[in-house]
Amino acid sequence: MLETLRLALAIAGKDIRAELRSRTALLSAVVFAALVLVVFNFARDPTALAAVDLAPSVLWVTFALASMVALNRAFTIEGENGALDGLLLAPVPRSAVFLGKLLANLAFVGTVEAVTLPLFVLFFNVDLSRALPGIVGVTALATVGFVAVGTIFSAMAVRTRFAELMLPVLLLPFMVPPLIGAVQVTARLLAGRPLSEMLGWLRLLALYDVVFVTLSLMVFAAVVDE
Amino acid sequence: MPSSDGPGGPALLEARGVRRSFGGLRVLRGVSLRIQPGEAVLVAGANGAGKTTLLRILAGLSRPDAGEVLVNGRPVRGDGGSGRRAVGFVSHQSLLYDDLTLLQNLTFAARLYGLPRPADAARNALDSAGLGSRADDAPRRLSRGLIQRAAIARALLHGPTVLLLDEPFTALDAAAAERLRADLAGRLAGGLALVVVTHRLGEVWDLATRVAVLADGGWASDEPRQGTPESFLSRYHGLVGA
Repeated sequence: MLETLRLALAIAGKDIRAELRSRTALLSAVVFAALVLVVFNFARDPTALAAVDLAPSVLWVTFALASMVALNRAFTIEGENGALDGLLLAPVPRSAVFLGKLLANLAFVGTVEAVTLPLFVLFFNVDLSRALPGIVGVTALATVGFVAVGTIFSAMAVRTRFAELMLPVLLLPFMVPPLIGAVQVTARLLAGRPLSEMLGWLRLLALYDVVFVTLSLMVFAAVVDE
Repeated sequence: MPSSDGPGGPALLEARGVRRSFGGLRVLRGVSLRIQPGEAVLVAGANGAGKTTLLRILAGLSRPDAGEVLVNGRPVRGDGGSGRRAVGFVSHQSLLYDDLTLLQNLTFAARLYGLPRPADAARNALDSAGLGSRADDAPRRLSRGLIQRAAIARALLHGPTVLLLDEPFTALDAAAAERLRADLAGRLAGGLALVVVTHRLGEVWDLATRVAVLADGGWASDEPRQGTPESFLSRYHGLVGA
């Protein structure tokens, strides 16, 4: 188990080092998130709908779309120069490869979300001071699940001819349950509702994480092996 | 542990009845191979004969439709893939990350193989390949020949006992090719099992102990090296129908 964790950290560290050098995924995802927020900001009619009513949906649609840009990079880097073969050739359990890619993707998507959140506050003028810890918590809970699924689909898509088109097509349907849950919890947090009103949604998000992280771990070897 | 003993002693690398098809195209039709320590098998064959497919299956990168591959008696496939630790592989691609330096690439590979002091191991491998001064360069800044040297250094980093090389001399200059030949000769004397796929027979002829020709999904011949590449070529053309 410790060896698997050591290898997973080595793989995640490699991805993060490569990203810090190229800044391809992070920069694109952050710029994309800012553009989505700008579009939403100008597309809404402030006299028809209060910002706080629209805010949860806008926040999570932005997170979801920007995450897609970041996740596209996950296995594209392994497709260059046959690098994935180098990973699979090594005596490394496939579970360590999956965990390493998952950790790196969580770091990328988490960074994109951390940069997007202040931009969201800026554009929508929403007071997050009381809801912030809860929003950080629900963001973490929702992100783990869809990034796990995104990691698997990214590995599948990299072997196809149109990898960058395939990932959204495969992933978006699976993002719907965590997005619904996260939007519902965020809306209640912004409205200052009690925790008891969110427990059902939080359980759904936790269940999604457990089910899809476990399933992803189980199917990853079949996905990456020729 | 499955025994891989046979005539001539235990095999370091053994393939048994390997079959592989792509759609309706049967590329390998029950290929078997036994290689003992110190043996170097030169695999020749026409384009599309299945040489690269065979190497990928021997490396554990591709799943055969039937048959199995054992390294030191251990399966090369499967999640544990205990046999893979002993395998080094040079393919048509460098297996290097363009966004990492050579040193970072090889250090990462050393970590995957659990080598102690991975950065030192990586630096030593680069020095041995004559790439010490380019350690901080990314592969995209290097020529094709230097990338090939780095790819070979990566494959040799963990001291494999089975080495699979697909056109290893591609883009190497005369000095680098000679250095590779000398390195391989030293490793063969130390018990390495080597499989080299190449169209340029002369580059590895003196290293080879056996020469095998793949045609129509199987071995058209597999015999000890005799004579010169030129004398072999006249028979080779007959075997592959060229």
